[in-house]
Amino acid sequence: MKRALFHNKFLPWLLLAPQLIVTAIFFLWPAAQAIRQSFLREDAFGLRSQFVGLANYRALWGSSEYLNSFKVTLIFTVSVTVLTMVFALLMAVAVDRLVRSEKVYTTLLIWPYAVAPAVAGVLWWFIFNPSIGILPYVLSQIGISFNWIYDKTDAMIFVVIASAWSRISYSFLFFVAGLQSIPGSLREAAAIDGAGPVKRFFTITLPLLSPTTFFLLVVNLVYAMFETFAVIDATTLGGPAQSTNILVYKVYQDGFVGQNLGSSAAQSVVLMVIVIALTVIQFRFIEKRVAY
Amino acid sequence: MVENRPFLNFLAHLVLILGVVVVALPVWIALVASTRASNDFLQGVVPMWFGTHGPENYARMLGQGISTSGMPPVGWMMVNSLIMALGISFGKIAISITSAFAIVYFRFPFRMVAFWIIFATLMLPVEVRIVPTFKVVADLGMLNSYPGLIIPLIASATATFLFRQVFLTMPDELTEAARIDGAGPMKFFRDILLPLSRTNIAALFVIMFIYGWNQYLWPLLITTGSDMYTVVAGIKRMTTVADTDPQWNYIMATAVMAMLPPLLVVIFMQRLFVKGLVETEK
Repeated sequence: MKRALFHNKFLPWLLLAPQLIVTAIFFLWPAAQAIRQSFLREDAFGLRSQFVGLANYRALWGSSEYLNSFKVTLIFTVSVTVLTMVFALLMAVAVDRLVRSEKVYTTLLIWPYAVAPAVAGVLWWFIFNPSIGILPYVLSQIGISFNWIYDKTDAMIFVVIASAWSRISYSFLFFVAGLQSIPGSLREAAAIDGAGPVKRFFTITLPLLSPTTFFLLVVNLVYAMFETFAVIDATTLGGPAQSTNILVYKVYQDGFVGQNLGSSAAQSVVLMVIVIALTVIQFRFIEKRVAY
Repeated sequence: MVENRPFLNFLAHLVLILGVVVVALPVWIALVASTRASNDFLQGVVPMWFGTHGPENYARMLGQGISTSGMPPVGWMMVNSLIMALGISFGKIAISITSAFAIVYFRFPFRMVAFWIIFATLMLPVEVRIVPTFKVVADLGMLNSYPGLIIPLIASATATFLFRQVFLTMPDELTEAARIDGAGPMKFFRDILLPLSRTNIAALFVIMFIYGWNQYLWPLLITTGSDMYTVVAGIKRMTTVADTDPQWNYIMATAVMAMLPPLLVVIFMQRLFVKGLVETEK
């Protein structure tokens, strides 16, 4: 709390005005519209709309396509998060061992953050290109056929790798910072007591890293659920046969391509509830971390 | 490092080198592909070493683009991206630093309401309210314009919170001294707070520039005329056309150019980048 304050009735509102106006027009109003729209049904020409209560939501729950999208999102989000974090942790632990070459490796590992997810999607598309791509070629040499254009599992693997790739550097940086904040004396004491490197990692490093891990878990889940839109749209477009149609992509498809406004709005509201829940979890946790 | 174990050090190097290779592979292949001729991609497997068509591919994409797909030259799309990225970074910083100043240094009615309204932006990513936001922008006549690309994206709770944190750590004595010397709030803001927040502003700028440059969904929706395309959103339109006639050399040259500006920012401003990344998450 500040003791020294300025006193003025209008100035603070003037200072806040740009932020509040932009937020009201482009965030709150559209969100309110989405909520309103989710209780309405429009006729085919969009001329009249009629209040239908929870019908749009009930229709979602009855739609096998929507439930499938939920399942796809769950598999996708968890896979992206786990793959990213395991890879990043492995790199961070290795970097943490090497004092002299730490800087070089860090620089070489953080730059994918700069590559837009959409561009990452296109790059991996090229690598996974079924006719000329390098990976399908290598896999075919060992007898595995890989074609994400027709195969549902292959498509999922493809978008998971592309999405995880653009997120590695972020988790890596936070893991490195987390590792460096663990006091060296703890590990030294364990080493003197005869604990080997593997045992030290699981009994000391990993538990002390848990605040970082938990934070990254939440942040990466949010990333995988929402910001991977670009990866999907630049590559599979949710196909083949809905196998990569995650929730954010379906909102867009139903709202813009399919023009099914009521259903799209109801889906938006469901997603808002999910983001709000995740944000609350994230902030409560951060408060705790500060209180340590 | 606790003890010296040469084998573990060797293993660490091995893991890291493999990791760096995996991370770099897509970009290596893109670089190689961008120096090849179109007919190198008709059959067989993607080449792994450079060809000789680099300069002409880049020159063609920068200056003309693929005219058959109705795409503007990449040079022009990069100008659009630059305007959008700079607009978003400056806009975000400007409106969040003033709102943080208001929230920290003034007590006024409904202060917490203002705080929560700003906080709400965090919970409403553009992806979950695409259709109604698009409609608002369309009704305001902002489709296909720079303000339409920039303004809806500049509200930012993270930036406001960052400046709030920075201001909260500023000693109260500074404010008192300024007031005794007769400085009003705006003079204090301009002459004391802004200079003291310089590195935070720079760090945030780096993060926001990358964020702005890499925007995808929003420019894709609201740029209907090809003269307003940004490069990250434009590249997808190229691949859609390329399905029938895969001109991978041109697409990869465009991809390389699309990632170059933010990449240079990360590499050359690494310290600010890391600072910005870690701070915005506090």
